[in-house]
Amino acid sequence: MNIAIYLELMDDAEYNLAEGFRTAADGHRAEPDVYWLCHILADQCGTHREALAPVLERYGRAREQEEPERLRTQMLPDTRSGPAGLLRDLQDLYTLASFTDITWTLLLQAAYGLRDRELLGIVQRCHRETSTQLDWLQTRMKNAAPQALIAAR
Amino acid sequence: MRDRIADIWGTRTPHARGTRWPVRVDTALEDGLAPEDVDRWVQSACVLCSNGCACDIAVKDGRMVGVRGRGVDTVNHGRLGPKGLFGSWQGMNGRREDGRRRTDRLTRPLVREDGRLVETDWETAMGRVVERSRSLLAERGPLTHGFYTSGQLFLEEYYTLAVIGKAGLGTPHMDGNTRLCTATAAAAMKESFGSDGQPGSYEDIDECDAIFLWGHNMAETQTVLWMRVLDRLDGPDRPAVVCVDPRRTPVARRADLHLAPFNGTNQALMNGIIREVVHRGWVDDHYVAAHTLGYDDLAATVEPWTPERTAETCGVDAGDIRRAAEIFGTTGRVLSTVLQGFYQSHQATAASCQVNNLHLIRGMIGRPGAGVLQMNGQPTAQNTRECGADGDLSGFRNWSNPDHIEDLARLWNVDPLHIPSWAPPTHAMQIFRYAEQGSIGLLWISATNPAVSLPELERVRRVLSGDQCFVVVQDLYLTETAQMADVVLPAAGWGEKTGTFTNVNRTVHLSDKAVDPPGEARSDLDIFLDYARRMDFRDRGGHPLPPWNGPEEAFDAWRECSRGQLCDYTGISYDRLRGGSGIPWPCNGDAPNGTVRLYEDGVFPTRSDVAETYGHDLLTGGAVSPTAYRSRDPGGRALLKAADYLPPFERPDERFPLRCTTGRTVYHFHTRTKTGRAPQLQNAASDAWVELSRQDAEELGVAEGDRVRVVSRRGSITVAARIAEGRPGVVFVPFHYGKREDGSPRAANELTMTEWDPVSKQPFFKVAAVRVERVAAGEGPSPAPTTAGSAPADPDTVPRTEGGPDAEAHEEVAPIEPPSAATEELE
Repeated sequence: MNIAIYLELMDDAEYNLAEGFRTAADGHRAEPDVYWLCHILADQCGTHREALAPVLERYGRAREQEEPERLRTQMLPDTRSGPAGLLRDLQDLYTLASFTDITWTLLLQAAYGLRDRELLGIVQRCHRETSTQLDWLQTRMKNAAPQALIAAR
Repeated sequence: MRDRIADIWGTRTPHARGTRWPVRVDTALEDGLAPEDVDRWVQSACVLCSNGCACDIAVKDGRMVGVRGRGVDTVNHGRLGPKGLFGSWQGMNGRREDGRRRTDRLTRPLVREDGRLVETDWETAMGRVVERSRSLLAERGPLTHGFYTSGQLFLEEYYTLAVIGKAGLGTPHMDGNTRLCTATAAAAMKESFGSDGQPGSYEDIDECDAIFLWGHNMAETQTVLWMRVLDRLDGPDRPAVVCVDPRRTPVARRADLHLAPFNGTNQALMNGIIREVVHRGWVDDHYVAAHTLGYDDLAATVEPWTPERTAETCGVDAGDIRRAAEIFGTTGRVLSTVLQGFYQSHQATAASCQVNNLHLIRGMIGRPGAGVLQMNGQPTAQNTRECGADGDLSGFRNWSNPDHIEDLARLWNVDPLHIPSWAPPTHAMQIFRYAEQGSIGLLWISATNPAVSLPELERVRRVLSGDQCFVVVQDLYLTETAQMADVVLPAAGWGEKTGTFTNVNRTVHLSDKAVDPPGEARSDLDIFLDYARRMDFRDRGGHPLPPWNGPEEAFDAWRECSRGQLCDYTGISYDRLRGGSGIPWPCNGDAPNGTVRLYEDGVFPTRSDVAETYGHDLLTGGAVSPTAYRSRDPGGRALLKAADYLPPFERPDERFPLRCTTGRTVYHFHTRTKTGRAPQLQNAASDAWVELSRQDAEELGVAEGDRVRVVSRRGSITVAARIAEGRPGVVFVPFHYGKREDGSPRAANELTMTEWDPVSKQPFFKVAAVRVERVAAGEGPSPAPTTAGSAPADPDTVPRTEGGPDAEAHEEVAPIEPPSAATEELE
């Protein structure tokens, strides 16, 4: 079964997204809503990892060599500056969150296939929060884009 | 005659449930004048709180010399509060320095020359505004323009500003200081009911069996509404009163149950109360099934909030939480009022929606005595919202519904693409951020004083005084904000111009011009129209935009904009508003005399083609997409929106161990621009203070009146200490006071943080961590009044606050039969 690999990938994705939120938060302190909310969402990613931990144990952690390197996600290493920089950073977060979102979707499929009620419950709960994270990122970016792309100096 | 500084609420006129509130006509006149000396009485309504008390302005020799309540009006039945009695007309007349002929009102425009503001003429001042406006438009387009207006102007002025900004310039950057006072009221109603629009009515006070005041110190912020409550409390069948407030306010003292949660924990408290209502079986299953969506989600979200867990988080007694739920769950008719304790605090929209939820799951809405009043802070805030001069579109239209945009484009005869609708209108805090960064290069501020009222003042001063943004300020006085402007425009105010405005329970009043404005001051309407003409805004037919030239024409244009909307004004005209009572909207062919309560049929404006918003996630503010909304189309049902509790961002720690809250107090309004110029009010609360609990004061070694420094991560203030009856761990600072004349800081907003609710974008004025340090012994008690929330814990140590002969007002009890609610009265 490859599900263990995907559970690891899920864990990895949430870890990277959390780090991405924290990096964006601390790099954009002058945008108070981004600062505070990104920290809250980073913590939310942490609780997703905690929720997933028992299932990871149950299916057995994947061994290093079983996990193809190319499945890994890339985190936001640093932040940019200025209004357009903020927009790009949020867009990077959106990419990370989208990856997380679709990974939940695929795990959900597997959970149905396995008739694994515990996994189903975890995935449904966490997935909902990830998709709200995406809604927020999209809302924030859409509001900021015209100003950043047209009026900002 | 009564000293209405000492006796804030005046003579009681108790009455029983379901009977009409007796009339009491309050009058205050300039010293030495009697009613027969007055030349004319001119109809108006008070603008010194959101209550909307109808009054007549006394005019003698071309000056405003006093005010009298209108007994025929359904809002106040003749009463006025201390601010209205003394602050309304004196606040316009200005302060007269000894020996000076002129007052300190602005009478000529000012422009900045070599760093100083100098007097000039209108041609020069408006020329500078238009020059900057045109050059920015040519360089980077309309997104360079921002407007920050007020909750103090008239409907006609907001609608004019909205059309100039949205159809003329095409900028989304328009908001008002309503963002600081009433944005959450609007947001919570939109999320729960699909649209802004007050469900309840003041009449519900006369009809209820219990009244819950959620973060609402009504006794000080809406004194006349509190008189209405007091007259029920002293009547034969008093309603139960439940007060939620960390302070020991006058409301708390009269309450049957006072819950004093730590500031910042409202959402936990609400979740706990709702859980208890659910568990005890007090849910109205029939109403929930027929008229709401989202119950299962709500029940699951509140489930972890047992009374014990809630009690621990909020710092209240678990038994009191059970008791509050029991009163709500077992009383026949429950009325709720909500204000800044919820709106300006952590998770503002979520907690205010929970109040709506309580009423919805109990089916307590749209019936006499059973309703919700999501309050406003300001007299004309409702109009800022409905006209679209703030973060809304005109007539409660939905910016993400293309049909609604088409509608406005037809009405204004402009290209729909010209109306900025790609995102919600920009909120105030973001407007100031853009101004800080210079992407907004022209910021036009009307009738508000952000240099005192916005959070984190050090930052606000930097934004306003920098070179990156050209600042225009239009006001009555040279406020702290005006002093930093590039152009200052002298405005005419209340009593000096004609217009209408709408109060908390949707009642529309006309305010007629009583006297001429001083010097060259002009009405805000004339100033906005002058700008529009100079900019030569035109519609698609080549006609001037906006097409009107005066207030009544503007009102008639607004009626058309409101036609068929929830806020339908089509049945209201200036003529109908003259003489009688104000009229509550919607007023149209179906409801020719106005409407007392909304949602009597349990049908809410949530249908996807009428909803003002498709809603948001309450934790993040992420918008619900039109597609997602339509897929679960609520089709007229109210939405039970839920959110878990999150701890406030800034929590007490070793360096800053106390929780600071700020707020309005009984003798002042806003930044004291008017009330500070009324001697009775100014003397009653002449300087800032900080309230400490007895226990905290003892630990700090602070005595009544000591000078103390209050320090947060943003700044510090030095004020006198009042040892009051508040809960330990919480301190309170009034928000009215700007910097002292010697420059020493005393404004509450030196301490507050720049952060806001994710949905309503209302800043948090009521959650900051501070420490208090004793500086020196005082020269007597602190200037805090003894009559209200700041009453001393030890009353014998402080002389009582009194106004003396100057503060005497006349009260006439029951000169006429009381008016009843519009629909009942005229049927």
